[in-house]
Amino acid sequence: MGSKPLNRRALLKNGAALAGGLTLGAAAPAMGAQQTLESHHAPSWPMIKGNSDKNMVAYGDRSKYVTSVRIAHPVGGRPSPDQFGLTFHIATPLQDSVGVITPSSLHYVATTRGAFMPDIDPKEHRLMIHGLVDRPLTFTMEDLKRLPSVTRLHFIECAGNRSSRAAKNVQQTHGMVSCAEWTGVLLSALLKECGVKGSAKWFVAEGAEEVKGASSMPIAKAMDDCILAYGMNGEAVRPQNGFPLRLMVPGFEGIFHTKYIRRIKIVDQYYMNYNDFGHLDQDAKVAALEYQIGPKSVITFPSGEQRLPGKGFYEISGLAWSGGGAIKLVEVSTDGGKKWNKAEFKGTPQRMAFTRFGYPWNWDGSETEILSRCTDELGQAQPTRAQLAKYWNQPYDQTFRVPGLDNSVQPWHIASDGSVTNGFA
Amino acid sequence: MGSHKILPFAFVLPVLIIGGASVLAQGPTYRIGRTPTPEEIKALDISIGPTGEELPPGRGNAKEGATLYRTKGCAGCHGAQGIGGAAPILKSKDPKNPDVWARERILPLRAPFATTVWDYINRGMPLNREGTLTPDEVYSLTAFLLFINDVIPEDQALDQESLPKVKMPIGDKYAPLPDWKPRTKRLQGYPF
Repeated sequence: MGSKPLNRRALLKNGAALAGGLTLGAAAPAMGAQQTLESHHAPSWPMIKGNSDKNMVAYGDRSKYVTSVRIAHPVGGRPSPDQFGLTFHIATPLQDSVGVITPSSLHYVATTRGAFMPDIDPKEHRLMIHGLVDRPLTFTMEDLKRLPSVTRLHFIECAGNRSSRAAKNVQQTHGMVSCAEWTGVLLSALLKECGVKGSAKWFVAEGAEEVKGASSMPIAKAMDDCILAYGMNGEAVRPQNGFPLRLMVPGFEGIFHTKYIRRIKIVDQYYMNYNDFGHLDQDAKVAALEYQIGPKSVITFPSGEQRLPGKGFYEISGLAWSGGGAIKLVEVSTDGGKKWNKAEFKGTPQRMAFTRFGYPWNWDGSETEILSRCTDELGQAQPTRAQLAKYWNQPYDQTFRVPGLDNSVQPWHIASDGSVTNGFA
Repeated sequence: MGSHKILPFAFVLPVLIIGGASVLAQGPTYRIGRTPTPEEIKALDISIGPTGEELPPGRGNAKEGATLYRTKGCAGCHGAQGIGGAAPILKSKDPKNPDVWARERILPLRAPFATTVWDYINRGMPLNREGTLTPDEVYSLTAFLLFINDVIPEDQALDQESLPKVKMPIGDKYAPLPDWKPRTKRLQGYPF
């Protein structure tokens, strides 16, 4: 064999592998005498340094060859942490994502106004529900974990997740959205324990971080599908994502998903707290297009700053999601939007969750533009920016800014040398 | 288990449902959680709604607020007169524009209720020393910010009674909030 099993041999010589390697253990007696034996398993690799460290046993790390990381958002914006140690917006590396779950370590992060991560002792944390209820109640984390739980996949997206001409890759154009598996108690179950009065119309959710971020939301949403989540991707919610407890408001703008939630007040009117005032709009149509996120999709491979090594087969891969429910249809165009082809779902689309899609493509090596668009279970369809400009009666040029939340189609330009760039640039 | 034990139970259950439907529907199922005392609720209840019913006693005016704005460090981040700092501006650069929406997103100008301004100062300021201002100080700083935006006169004192009555420049000139319903499109007639 033409491989170079030098590393394995080096390890065998010093004997450390014999003591530490389980699989080698069985073969050790035969090999022990003749330490110069070459492995016929090619290629053979050295052991990961520190592989048997206590820390690696206790909590695993990824390979040193996997270097995908989050970045501050937006490009050229305020760094996180800033000079005061405040965290603002951090975008997830969608270009490297596979499947539909964002690893907790790579989940996007946003804060109410720039925040310090609170170091909350879960034993001391309480959730109080009061206001227009028959029985105000305070729950410990232990109380909440005794109650019937739900586990659901849900995306969270920041209202500011919009592509721009300056953005070069999909992390910069779309990185303020992530999807995780969330476990917790339905808010409706807790509200039934408290007995909501008939006059209730809104609820205010408030966090325990230093700014005590608070938002008003419709009581109908609370009774529908909100979750008080203590679990994320199979473990406790991470501090950056709201440890020990966060509110999930599936399909609503990210800011509503109150982190470190300590209090829910049931009220009869919009409470106009700081986050609420920031949500006011001049135009009723723009206002209606906020709160619930519209259908949106993006191709993550091939995407900006990637490069196709040559013509031939590629599976185009991407993500689709909607605040309106499950994704029903994803279409991909490989000719700049002239022809749209139905993409394949990887797994069953879940409500208000990422759906991974794929489309088989043979690239002929010529310059083109690839795009994706989606439709959700309500029949809402993802628009192009040109369609939106027409709807809002504005000229479609480089000054056009999508009113409200931007769920427009993202074009990726592919040059004949295989380089991929932002089609808006 | 003998069937004679099931029979009385099956007989009693429909009576309970008919006799107390609303009580059963609203009753607790799990009986988990503790009833907070009125004092505990009051201590945590910092959400000040438009009626101001949660406001604590206290008072202050813009002159007192101007002093606090300097001594509490507000000017360091927001600028001496609410303009020019690293933190969000607090005074419009275009104060005479009759269109309040054109005067930028400034809390003491665009908030529809003065309670919103009080709530946020009390909740979130000063940075890194949140929760250290007394109610009098929050009333004074609120009065100062409203004064520099020409919303109230310099000598007007704000308290539990007067703060919710302040007429804010935006009035009701903002879009109604979406009437959200589950499994419903965002905007009827919207083609996307």
